[in-house]
Amino acid sequence: MTCVQKPSSIVKKAVMGLTGLVLFGFIVGHLIGNLLIYAGPEALNGYALTLRHLGELLWVARIVLLAAVGAHILTAMSLVRENRRARPTPYQFQDTIQTTYAARTMAVSGLVVLAYIIYHLLHFTFRVTNPHLSHLTDANGHHDVYRMVVFSFQNPWICASYIFALTLLCMHLNHGLASAAQSLGANNQKWEPRFKKAGCIISLIIYLGYISIPIAIYTGIIKAVPGGHL
Amino acid sequence: MNLTLKVWRQKHKEDQGLMVTYEAKDINSHMSFLEMLDVVNEDLIKKGEEPIAFDHDCREGICGACSLMINGVPHGSEKGITACQLHMRHFKDGDVIYIEPWRARAFPVIKDLIVDRSAFDRIIQSGGFVSATTGGVPDANAIPIAKPDSDSAMDAAACIGCGACVAACPNASAMLFVGAKVSQLALLPQGKIEREQRVLNMVRTMDEENFGNCTNHFECEAACPKEISVQYIAQMNREYLRAAAKQ
Repeated sequence: MTCVQKPSSIVKKAVMGLTGLVLFGFIVGHLIGNLLIYAGPEALNGYALTLRHLGELLWVARIVLLAAVGAHILTAMSLVRENRRARPTPYQFQDTIQTTYAARTMAVSGLVVLAYIIYHLLHFTFRVTNPHLSHLTDANGHHDVYRMVVFSFQNPWICASYIFALTLLCMHLNHGLASAAQSLGANNQKWEPRFKKAGCIISLIIYLGYISIPIAIYTGIIKAVPGGHL
Repeated sequence: MNLTLKVWRQKHKEDQGLMVTYEAKDINSHMSFLEMLDVVNEDLIKKGEEPIAFDHDCREGICGACSLMINGVPHGSEKGITACQLHMRHFKDGDVIYIEPWRARAFPVIKDLIVDRSAFDRIIQSGGFVSATTGGVPDANAIPIAKPDSDSAMDAAACIGCGACVAACPNASAMLFVGAKVSQLALLPQGKIEREQRVLNMVRTMDEENFGNCTNHFECEAACPKEISVQYIAQMNREYLRAAAKQ
C-alpha cells in the first residue's frame, strides 16, 4: 500500500541501491568481456559474435539495463530536487566533517557518465562517430571489434575522454557500492567499515581493469595486428 | 581572549535576517560557548540593544536544547558534545566565529538562533512510543533481553533530539533521529509488537515534514553529540522495507 502511494524516502533509497547494483553487475560483465582484448582478436571478436547470437536473451538484458538506468536516473532526480528543497537557506559558513568528494559529486559524476555512455554507444555500438574505424571485418567476415577498439584508442582524444569518464564512473561506484549496502539495510556497526573498504577496493580494481586497455593500446602494448608493427 | 562573532540575527519568522558582527571582549577560556554568548548579551543589554536569542536549558549536555551551528559544524567541531559543553579554550584569541541556526525547511527560524523543532515532536507522536500498558517497573531480568540488544537499544536511546543530524546533513535529512528512535523501540520486547506500524508511520511523517533524503554522507553521525551510529539508519531501512513488503 505504502509503495503504491508516493514512494517514501526509504523506498527511493532502496531503488537507487538495487538499480545501482544491477548496473554494477553490467559494469563487471562488460569489463570481463573487454579484457578478452588481451587474448587477441579471435577471442574478442568471437565473444562479440556470441553476444550478438544471444538473440532474445540479449534483448532481455538490454531491457533490464535500460529499465535500471531509467529508474536510477528518475529516482536520483526526485531525490536531488527534494534534497535541495529541504534546505532553502544555505549556511554562510560551509564546512563538512567526514563526507567525501565522491559522495558530494554523485549527481555531477552520474550526469557526466551518462553523457559519456551515450557517446560511447554511438561510437562502439551504433558505430556512428568513427565509421571508418568501426565497420571493418575480420578474416572470417565478421565484425572486427578488435581492430575497431585498437584503432579508436590510438586516438589521444578518445583515449583521454575514456579515462576521464572512467575516473568519474569509479568515483561514483566508490560511494555507490557502500551506499547500496546501507540503503538496502545490510549495514551494521561491524560491516560498515568493511563495506566502505570493499567499495573502495572493488571500484579501484574496476578502474584499473578498464583504463588498462586504452593505455595498453596507446602505448603500443596491444597492436592492431598482434606481433605486427601497427 | 577577544573574539569576533558573526551571528545570524532575525527578528521573527517572516523577517529576512542577516549576519551581524559583534566583538566578544575579555572572554575567559574556561567559559562554555553559551556563557560566552551570555557575556556578549549582557553587553548588548547594557547598550540597550536586543540580546541574541538562542536555545538552552540544562547546560550539561543532556537536554538537547542547544542548537548552534558554529563555524559550519553543529555544536562546534569538538566531537561528541553539545554547544553548552564546548569550552572557549578550544578557540584562539582573535578568532572569527560564525554562529548560525540549524538550517532546514522542516526547522523554520523563530528568532535569531532559535528554530522550531516541533517537526521532531510530530514524528514521535506518529509512532515513537509503546502504546501497550507495561505495568510498573519490571524486576531486573524478569524479561530476558540479550545483552547486545539491550546495549544497542541503550546506544540508540542516547539521542537527545537536538537536531544536529538534520543541521549537519547536506540534504537536511532526519534519518539518524528517526533511525535511532525506530531502532531503540524495535530492539526491546515492549516495542517489538508495534514495530511495523511504527516505522511506516514515523517515516511517513518524516517525509511529510519535508526533511531531505539520506544520501549516505554520514555527516549526521560525525556531528551527533551522542555519537549515534549510522547503523541505526540501516536498521530503520531494514525495518521499513520488511514492514512495507508485508503490507
